[in-house]
Amino acid sequence: MPDKKKTTIVLFSGDYDKTMAAYIIANGAAAYDHEVTIFHTFWGLNALRKDNQVPVKKNLLEKMFGKMMPRGTDKMGLSKMNYLGMGPKMIKHVMKKHNALPLPQLVDMAQEQEVKLIACTMTMDLLGLQKEELLDEIEYAGVAAYIGDSEDGNITLFI
Amino acid sequence: MDVTKILDAKGLACPMPIVKTKKAMNDLNSGDVLEVQATDKGAKSDLAAWAKSGGHELLKDTEEDDVLKFWIKKG
Repeated sequence: MPDKKKTTIVLFSGDYDKTMAAYIIANGAAAYDHEVTIFHTFWGLNALRKDNQVPVKKNLLEKMFGKMMPRGTDKMGLSKMNYLGMGPKMIKHVMKKHNALPLPQLVDMAQEQEVKLIACTMTMDLLGLQKEELLDEIEYAGVAAYIGDSEDGNITLFI
Repeated sequence: MDVTKILDAKGLACPMPIVKTKKAMNDLNSGDVLEVQATDKGAKSDLAAWAKSGGHELLKDTEEDDVLKFWIKKG
């Protein structure tokens, strides 16, 4: 067997719709037997947050960031037609009708398919996010790890 | 046709039919035939491309009453 093909995705966005696209592609690539990496940076880190509040020590600015950003995929807004949170409610309703998998389940599925989820440590510091607040079984790295996975990759995307 | 296994992916939306097909295929041996039933309109292109890339053979596909059926031979 030749080496497995590789797909790497940079998830920069913290919007529900864009995150959904990233995770659908990741799951599809995993089904193609690719080694798949999603590198979460900036707002994309919110996809990795646990949905409960985790008590960790933070300064005022970090606390504010923590409060203003969505805690996990289910709380994300839409990149278009968000309408103060009505948009996500509508899209989730429509998704249910069409039997599309909700985003939190797409994340679970990705982990089940051994998609490598990486949190960018530099932007974690900027946004004041700590390991305790993020999902278990993810990896922590910087740009070099992403390049390392991508340089002999077959597909790479920035979302 | 000798079908080794039937996968019911009816009602499932992208990317589930392909994810489930891959899982089902893992349990089969080379030469076994998997029958996939789906209602997702994209499944035809998806499964054809997936089978080709994975070295499997799409033997036949049909569409009846909005149900798409595929027979894939494991490579």
